[in-house]
Amino acid sequence: MYRLALILATLVYLLITGYLGYIAYRKTRTTTDYLLAGREAHPYIMAMSYGATFISTSAIVGFGGTAALFGLSLLWLTFLNIFVGIFLAFVFFGHRTRAMGYNLDAHTFPELLGKRFQSRFIQVFSGILIFLFMPIYVSAVLMGATQFLVVNLKVDYEIGLLLFSAIVALYVIMGGLKGVMYTDAFQGTVMFVGMLSLLFLTYYKLGGVTTAHEALTRLTPQAQEIFGSIGHRGFTSMPAFLSPLWWTVISTIVLGVGIGVLAQPQLVIRFMTVRSSRELNRATAIGGIFILAMTGVAFIVGALTNVYFFNTTGQISFLAAGKQVDSIIPLFIEKTMPSWFSILFLVTLFAAAMSTMSSQYHTIGTALSRDIFETLTRRKGTIGLNRIGTSIGIILSTLLGWGLPRFYGLGSEIIARGTSIFFGLCASTLLPMYIGALYSRRITKAGATAGMVTGFVTSMFWFLFVHEKESQVLGVCQALFGRGALWGLPWKVVDPIVIALPLAAFVTLVVSYCTKPPDEAYLNTCFNGIS
Amino acid sequence: MLGLHDFWIILAYFLCIGSTILCVVYGLVNWNKGREEAKVEKIIRWEKEEEA
Repeated sequence: MYRLALILATLVYLLITGYLGYIAYRKTRTTTDYLLAGREAHPYIMAMSYGATFISTSAIVGFGGTAALFGLSLLWLTFLNIFVGIFLAFVFFGHRTRAMGYNLDAHTFPELLGKRFQSRFIQVFSGILIFLFMPIYVSAVLMGATQFLVVNLKVDYEIGLLLFSAIVALYVIMGGLKGVMYTDAFQGTVMFVGMLSLLFLTYYKLGGVTTAHEALTRLTPQAQEIFGSIGHRGFTSMPAFLSPLWWTVISTIVLGVGIGVLAQPQLVIRFMTVRSSRELNRATAIGGIFILAMTGVAFIVGALTNVYFFNTTGQISFLAAGKQVDSIIPLFIEKTMPSWFSILFLVTLFAAAMSTMSSQYHTIGTALSRDIFETLTRRKGTIGLNRIGTSIGIILSTLLGWGLPRFYGLGSEIIARGTSIFFGLCASTLLPMYIGALYSRRITKAGATAGMVTGFVTSMFWFLFVHEKESQVLGVCQALFGRGALWGLPWKVVDPIVIALPLAAFVTLVVSYCTKPPDEAYLNTCFNGIS
Repeated sequence: MLGLHDFWIILAYFLCIGSTILCVVYGLVNWNKGREEAKVEKIIRWEKEEEA
């Protein structure tokens, strides 16, 4: 009975998604429709699409499980998600990005940067960065989503992987960004209802807000028994200052993800889809509430699972779930929630995965067709060309998600690090140049190029040789030097963004001030209407 | 407060709520502002189309 209800709910969800994709297909007539949703997105659709793209299954299940380990210290990431990812992004980046994108007739994030600095190299380099590294991030989302299909609908893993990819591919290829955003708005709404229900049901099950938090505080000895040596001071306390756990929470999770979001191409493009600043103003209010309901709920519930598992099994979540961090939230739902909620939560996870994947597919496709192919061949783009680019991007991403774990021993681990690798690379490579493009008339083409290359090279060096979580699974350091990471603590737990981002910004500024200022007339075109 | 005792966690808790309120207030205060630029852009677009 439960399985039948789950299949029915999934079918209804897919039918609505398919219908929205069809409407988008009917409304997609020009390249601007395909790439920028016609620059006329409704503020609700824009905000929900931004939020649903931002929050994937890994944010709910993966980071929710991480909160079960590290406790409420992850609320600092929620704060940054809202304050940086929504408020600063919309108010200080969104308005200028929209206006400058319009002034320069830019249709993608790399195109905006390339046209702003009059550099084809910047556009092509950024496009290649997206095309080569984003598929690993897609694979992480795709594999997570497929795992839920396998466990809950008893589908074969490889069939599930292809099925999931094919469904998303259909409405992305045919409907373009309109297809992505219409379905995102619906999927975001499903996620919002699912997560709010989860928060209320969890607090209700644990006897209310204060009672639940006090019970969590009482588990400090259990937390310290397992994680005390790396700096854990309890689920309702920050880790010990400068301990390995503190560095992990602050540098990788809070800074890496919290700051990295500002230069995510699939999010930046959303600012260029609205008609005016009015839509962005309205979207700010909707986006703030949405992100609080996503990461805020996931992290609080993740931490509180410890109370439930300790009360019922005498163990904290990490042990109760067999040390499988990604199993903590699904296991908690299965054990505590009514069956109707289990169905709603599964559909929520499908929605989270599909909304993120669709935007990633679209961004990879446009990077190939618009930023690489059209720029190098100087051909004028068509919807057909963009559809071909998107199709190639989808096929490659799916092959990577299927083949890397199959043919390479550490493939699954590499994909698991895909999100942090992509976030880190984008932040260090693109963020200094992006801020300079929007806020400075003095940053030159040479400065932007030097900063971009510095950010990329430094990040790659840090990922390959220093930051242990990536260097161990990538294996290059082991092959060359016979050890997992070049240096010990604290460097091996310091995220690349902490080193590469300031260095890239410094190089951007120094080279810009050593080279001739850009042409004033062109700058006036770029900054037209931007006060 | 709310069963929490660590200053940094309480601060994070309230910063999450505070930043959400900031987003909502900003959106509501500026609910109808910023439409005029779209009208200007539309006029520029018409002029470009006429020239073409």
